[in-house]
Amino acid sequence: MQTISATGTLPQTVEPRNPGTALDLDWVMRATANRSAIERRAATLPARRSVKKDHQAAWLARAVSCIDLTTLAGDDTVGRVRRLCAKAKQPVRADLLEAIGLPDLTVGAVCVYHDMIAPAVEALDGSGIPVAAVSTGFPAGLSPFHLRVQEIKESVAAGAAEIDIVISRRHVLTGNWQALYDEMRTFRDACGDAHVKAILATGELGTLSNVAKASLICMMAGADFIKTSTGKESVNATLPVSLVMIRAIRDFYDATGYRVGYKPAGGISKAKDAITYLALIKEELGDRWLRPDLFRFGASSLLGDIERQIEHHVTGAYSASWRHAMA
Amino acid sequence: MTVKDIFENMDYGSAPESAGDALAWITDQGARFGLFIDGEFTAPGDTFETTNPATGEVLADITQATADDVAAAVAAARAAQPEWEAIGGPARARFLYALARLLQKHSRLFAVLETLDNGKPIREARDVDIALAHRHFYYHAGCAQLEETQAQGRVAQGVCGQIIPWNFPLLMLAWKVAPALAMGNTVVLKPAEWTSLTALLFADICRQAGLPKGVVNIVTGDGAVGEMIVTADVDKIAFTGSTEVGRKIRQATAGSGKSLTLELGGKSPYIVFEDADLDSAVEGLVDAIWFNGGQVCCAGSRLLVQEGIADRFYAKLRARMDKLRVGNPLDKSIDVGAIVHPEQLARIRAMVEASGGDMHQTAGVPEGCYYAPTLITDLSNADPLMQEEIFGPVLVATTFRTPSEAIEIANNTRYGLAATVWSENINVALDVAPRLAAGVVWVNGTNMFDAAAPFGGIRESGFGREGGPEGLRAYSKPAEKGPLVTEIAAFEGDSAEPQPVDRTAKHYIGGKQARPDGGYARNIYDASGALIGQSPIGNRKDIRNAVEAARGAKGWSAATAHNRAQVIYFLAENLSARAGELAKTIDRMTGQDTGADEVEVAVNRLFHYAAWSDKFAGDARAVPMRGLAMALREPVGVIGAIAPNEFPLLGLVSVMAPAIAMGNRTVIVASEAYPLITQDLTQILETSDVPAGAVNLITGPHAELAATLADHADVDALWSFGAAALAGDIERRAAGNLKRTWVNHGHGRDWFGPDGQSRNFLEEATEVKTVWVPYGA
Repeated sequence: MQTISATGTLPQTVEPRNPGTALDLDWVMRATANRSAIERRAATLPARRSVKKDHQAAWLARAVSCIDLTTLAGDDTVGRVRRLCAKAKQPVRADLLEAIGLPDLTVGAVCVYHDMIAPAVEALDGSGIPVAAVSTGFPAGLSPFHLRVQEIKESVAAGAAEIDIVISRRHVLTGNWQALYDEMRTFRDACGDAHVKAILATGELGTLSNVAKASLICMMAGADFIKTSTGKESVNATLPVSLVMIRAIRDFYDATGYRVGYKPAGGISKAKDAITYLALIKEELGDRWLRPDLFRFGASSLLGDIERQIEHHVTGAYSASWRHAMA
Repeated sequence: MTVKDIFENMDYGSAPESAGDALAWITDQGARFGLFIDGEFTAPGDTFETTNPATGEVLADITQATADDVAAAVAAARAAQPEWEAIGGPARARFLYALARLLQKHSRLFAVLETLDNGKPIREARDVDIALAHRHFYYHAGCAQLEETQAQGRVAQGVCGQIIPWNFPLLMLAWKVAPALAMGNTVVLKPAEWTSLTALLFADICRQAGLPKGVVNIVTGDGAVGEMIVTADVDKIAFTGSTEVGRKIRQATAGSGKSLTLELGGKSPYIVFEDADLDSAVEGLVDAIWFNGGQVCCAGSRLLVQEGIADRFYAKLRARMDKLRVGNPLDKSIDVGAIVHPEQLARIRAMVEASGGDMHQTAGVPEGCYYAPTLITDLSNADPLMQEEIFGPVLVATTFRTPSEAIEIANNTRYGLAATVWSENINVALDVAPRLAAGVVWVNGTNMFDAAAPFGGIRESGFGREGGPEGLRAYSKPAEKGPLVTEIAAFEGDSAEPQPVDRTAKHYIGGKQARPDGGYARNIYDASGALIGQSPIGNRKDIRNAVEAARGAKGWSAATAHNRAQVIYFLAENLSARAGELAKTIDRMTGQDTGADEVEVAVNRLFHYAAWSDKFAGDARAVPMRGLAMALREPVGVIGAIAPNEFPLLGLVSVMAPAIAMGNRTVIVASEAYPLITQDLTQILETSDVPAGAVNLITGPHAELAATLADHADVDALWSFGAAALAGDIERRAAGNLKRTWVNHGHGRDWFGPDGQSRNFLEEATEVKTVWVPYGA
């Protein structure tokens, strides 16, 4: 069960957990992001790095191992979540995984709403796959603060190993950096040993400079991961936003020695995009971040495209969606 | 390596582009190439090998053109030219459109061939070289289409000799061929000896497009073939390459009347202010100095970092360098390919080995014709590597403290091609950009190019622009040549008449009347032989003093256009007030009766340029970018001018007015035959609020003073409307600092008519600076 041990271990056992720092407003205010330059870098990156053949299959498998397989819908039921968990354990057809020599490949985590934690934990029992729960009044984060904190605690109690919190966008939009820091600190404390991913909802932050600043503050306040989006904003993960966030992660690591993880979420649905994201991480952060303890895709339809590409790699013929088990 | 191994190590592996189709094309041509003359490939002659620098393998044998070949190519171009021009813009547009389309259709073949021959990464060949070449033909198809609506009485130059470098073989061909063809010229083009293949493929494309025979001719070979083209019966030479060769071409074409544009070397500054997005500025350097292995004339090769952030910036830069992948240029995941040729590699090595400083290099560079991306910090501006062009992937760096110091260091160079500024502060960026001595400035970006945006340099980076209407203009000329100027000898005489009070004419230098340094004056007689005054005989030192005064008069260039207009209107007013007296002086000196007319037209001319002062500032260009690309009209700097001998007042005013209207400071040598005009003109300048040093007037022998001005390294441009003989000498001497020259080659102009105030005066009085400002909130 080698792969399980690689993908299933909680981050804190591999990497010292980011304890956060004091709020360093000088640093925050220095953070800038030149949108046009960042867009140019993002636009040329896919053309600068190309991954073919065996390498492509391996990279796609790596992408699978980093997927937070997600269902966040009002009509989620226990049955639906069980199906998702089954898919998480066997994300790609067994014969295909056998063919590429990675029979134990699983996804990185399963991500659900609070009420679905228990069935997910049960369904994943023994698999080593952690359950992540979105929290703090996801997606808008505008419910009473004490309830948002309480929601974290209850989700942790219910068995969630990872908590995806949403920040108060209004703190960013009004430049209330202290409030953002304090909020994040409180959320982190409420998580206890569970890992906390800070969702910035970058599509609602207005500018890339705000994304840079918010990223830094969440890391200073102890985020284990920073994550782009809830998946509910009109614009979710993009390469430019990712570039800004991972450069903030790099700066934070250079300054503190702590590695914070990155999770782009929403809008990544093609195998080719997944490879571009992995290349971006490899280029800007380094190979250490290409592991599920430091990188996740928040995605639901991405897996289907990767399955087809892996079958194509194995058979040489283009695949069809109905040849792969649905979640 | 198994998939599982790769799953763990996450290597890229290799992603090679196949060379098969390109090699097959070479084989189909017999792997031996003749020349493309008059629509046909000639049989190969004496050949030399062209190799793939990445592997050392021979790709093909290329013909070394002979003098007869060049003559045949020029003759074919000459024969084809009249018809090519006569078919009209819209017809030419169809051909250019077809060339654009064919480039697009065969884009991968071009890209792979370019990479094989040059060693540049396939990604760059594909996404930059070929894409921009394609865009260039599209843009110029449009120019041809619209040419007749914008021609303004201009016609094609005729036959253009074009000599291009090895760093962007097809793209430089496109930059040269597309505008030439659009305007109705025919061309004889010589690709660089190391990289001829895409030009030969382009010849093939020309046949496919059905381009009339002789319109495009391609001759291959080394520098000797280039020299043959330069001295051949061509009307224009367009050259891109080294400053050294550019200088030789300037000397070789001096006095020939051939139009010349030179796009030469550079040592372009890359300035990073402390408030910049440092990560983006680091990434920009990848595009600035590691793009095409730094073998780029406008490479941002001189890094200037604000001192407070230097260590942090260097650390980020070194980390980025360690991620660069150097190797097989056909691999799609390679950032830096091969150096074009072992000779170039040896040159880079020798320069770096001779340098001090703190060096960091990318590791893992393969054996062979490769050079590691290199950063050398802790250099002072006096270090040779801060001054000399390396033309390789070597970045040298120093620090600065303030914006003013950054500008000072940036401009402390013989070159003036491009510059890059990184700052998030719009005030800093837009203040610094116009103050940089460069033809192109990129703000928060670098190495951005487009067919609609002029590109070219100042100082020893050459003159002329490529791209946009400015680039097109270099491929046309006025429809009519003026009649030959008649030599005017000063009147001689011996009689003197008593004067009420002696008047002493002097030079006008730095706002003061100055006695000639030599202490000699010349008697000036009227037509009857009567002495009418003495005029100072200027010498080298008078020129030196005048240039120094002009260089110091920076305020005039910084003055607002409105302010300059006011001064010029005031000049007109004061000239008009003394019209009678001036007319009398003129008539007495010239022995004619045109004085009154001359004054009247001169007043009008001043009004004309006062009006233009605030209406020739440049414009925005439609480039494919979110942002502003502005082609700004800036003063050239210090312009020396030899005024025409005829029409002593009108001639001088016609030369002075456009120069100062555009913000230049001037050193004007007055009519040699009728110099006394400066006596009154000086007084008018003194009373018209013209700042000291903006206009300097010298009298004396044209030949000697023109030579001193042409030699002077601090003169940015030199115009001559004097005798024919001056032209060649000025052009030859101007090769020293590669100053712009505008000489009449003995052809006069009608100073009373529109020719006396044509748009050319404004063009010559300005430099185009293209400022790119991409933006995004």
